[in-house]
Amino acid sequence: MHGFVQNIGRTALNFLAAFGRITLFSITAVRWIFTPPYYWQQLFRQIIDIGYFSLPVVGLTTLFSGMVLALQSYTGFARFSAEDTVATVVVLSVTRELGPVLAGLMVAGRIGASMAAEIGTMRVTDQIDALDTLSTRPMQYLVAPRLLAGTICLPFLVLVGDVIGVFGGYLVGVYRLGFNPSIYLARTLEYLEVSDVTLGLVKAAVFGFLIALMGCYHGYHSGRGAQGVGRATTNAVVSASILILIANYIVTTMFFGV
Amino acid sequence: MAVTPKIELSGVTKSFDANHVLKGINLTVAPQESLVIIGTSGCGKSVLMKCLNGLITPDQGSIKIDGQEILGQGRAALEDLRRRFGMTFQFGALFDSLPIWENVTFRLRHQQALDKKDARDIAAQTITQLGLAASVIDQYPAELSGGMQKRVALARAIVDKPEILLFDEPTSGLDPITGGVIDRLIIDARERLGATTVTISHDMASVRRIADKVAMVHHGVIIWAGPAEEMNESGVPEVHQFVHGLAEGPLTNEKPAASPAKMATS
Ligand SMILES: Nc1ncnc2c1ncn2[C@@H]1O[C@H](COP(=O)(O)OP(=O)(O)OP(=O)(O)O)[C@@H](O)[C@H]1O
Ligand SMILES: [Mg+2]
Repeated sequence: MHGFVQNIGRTALNFLAAFGRITLFSITAVRWIFTPPYYWQQLFRQIIDIGYFSLPVVGLTTLFSGMVLALQSYTGFARFSAEDTVATVVVLSVTRELGPVLAGLMVAGRIGASMAAEIGTMRVTDQIDALDTLSTRPMQYLVAPRLLAGTICLPFLVLVGDVIGVFGGYLVGVYRLGFNPSIYLARTLEYLEVSDVTLGLVKAAVFGFLIALMGCYHGYHSGRGAQGVGRATTNAVVSASILILIANYIVTTMFFGV
Repeated sequence: MAVTPKIELSGVTKSFDANHVLKGINLTVAPQESLVIIGTSGCGKSVLMKCLNGLITPDQGSIKIDGQEILGQGRAALEDLRRRFGMTFQFGALFDSLPIWENVTFRLRHQQALDKKDARDIAAQTITQLGLAASVIDQYPAELSGGMQKRVALARAIVDKPEILLFDEPTSGLDPITGGVIDRLIIDARERLGATTVTISHDMASVRRIADKVAMVHHGVIIWAGPAEEMNESGVPEVHQFVHGLAEGPLTNEKPAASPAKMATS
């Protein structure tokens, strides 16, 4: 019993310590985003990497999610003869929830891992120390552009994902469930409000920041050797995914009823 | 005795958890002197070198550059200080994602907005001095051999002619001729540019060529430091064994005393 309590205490302390370190890390990095010199080339490279090269993954994920969502909600709503709400259900679910969360999780796997691996490798091969010796702040050169790029790119990806997801629902609705195309489209737009889309985009920006933060933080503090980098990569993806789900709930609560 | 030492360390200690690497280093380097640090593998030479420009913060002690204490200063002071240093790392530490010319001129480009053509010219000129073909500047570090990478790293350290140069094993893994070129370069940096140099080396032939002063690290302290000519008559058994590369002697007999942390990292 005693050991059990001790374990809980230690875990709680470790958690708080890590939380403090990560907060400090992100405050430092965010401050460097707004301080010259600005590393445009680094920022541009990250934007291409996160924004452009994630498009296929995000597109495929939201396409099939929109499709399956149309089928499933049809099954459900048909039971109380409310089939014609399918279009509304699809568009609201995709923009408010599925778009940001699925895109976030997919990008966490792709980008969180590659950031942690790249920065971790730089750490273990002394490249981060080398930056310091060459009068360049690693936090400003490596971390700041990634955080900024993550925060900018995810909303863009989610916006594209929303459109594709809704289109997936439309395909199934029209070609599989036999809805009239123009009625389906009208229904899609009828109950959609700007705030639904905004909520999704705000979520996306938060997720993008968290993904980049976890990738950079774990890479920056990578242990030594290939093993250290491997562990940093895993930690980055797992912690980013968990934080996305937690942040999703928090942001939704904040917007609830608005 | 009015000359302030360029670098002065006293009582510098550094531990990584239970691994006490440096246990009280005292050392001075005069302006424009060439110091070579020797010592067995894992004794803490690289850690000591990283303390000099603040990459590693010692637990205790004092480090003065031109008489100015560098420990406990703020980030800005440390950044100013680092501009006066050039450093090469034991394993190159070139930036994988940048071509050679951007590696070599990294500091120049970020500090003084050099245009691309000038930067490429400077890079080409610097690496040809080190016996590399100028065409190498458009390649990436991963495309070069280990020895070529080492020379590029050296070019990156010397390109903007810093006052103090730190070289961590600059000639290890190089053929003797290239090693000779590097030695020449280190001597030149001192004689022509007036730099103070600190070099870590295991290569005794090279040590004899470049060193004014030699210091040997053992068990976390400097067990001997003196003019290079006196290295052979130091009277310290460990130095004698190291300098002559003897298999038998105090360094070999005490192996089990080595700290356990070393195993985990190799
Ligand atoms: N960042 C670090 N974290 C933990 N331990 C470290 C770190 N850097 C060095 N060490 C430990 O410090 C000790 C000295 O390492 P160092 O790299 O200075 O040796 P060295 O004298 O340069 O050896 P070599 O001649 O093989 O390069 C080793 O036991 C090493 O494990
Ligand atoms: Mg070393």
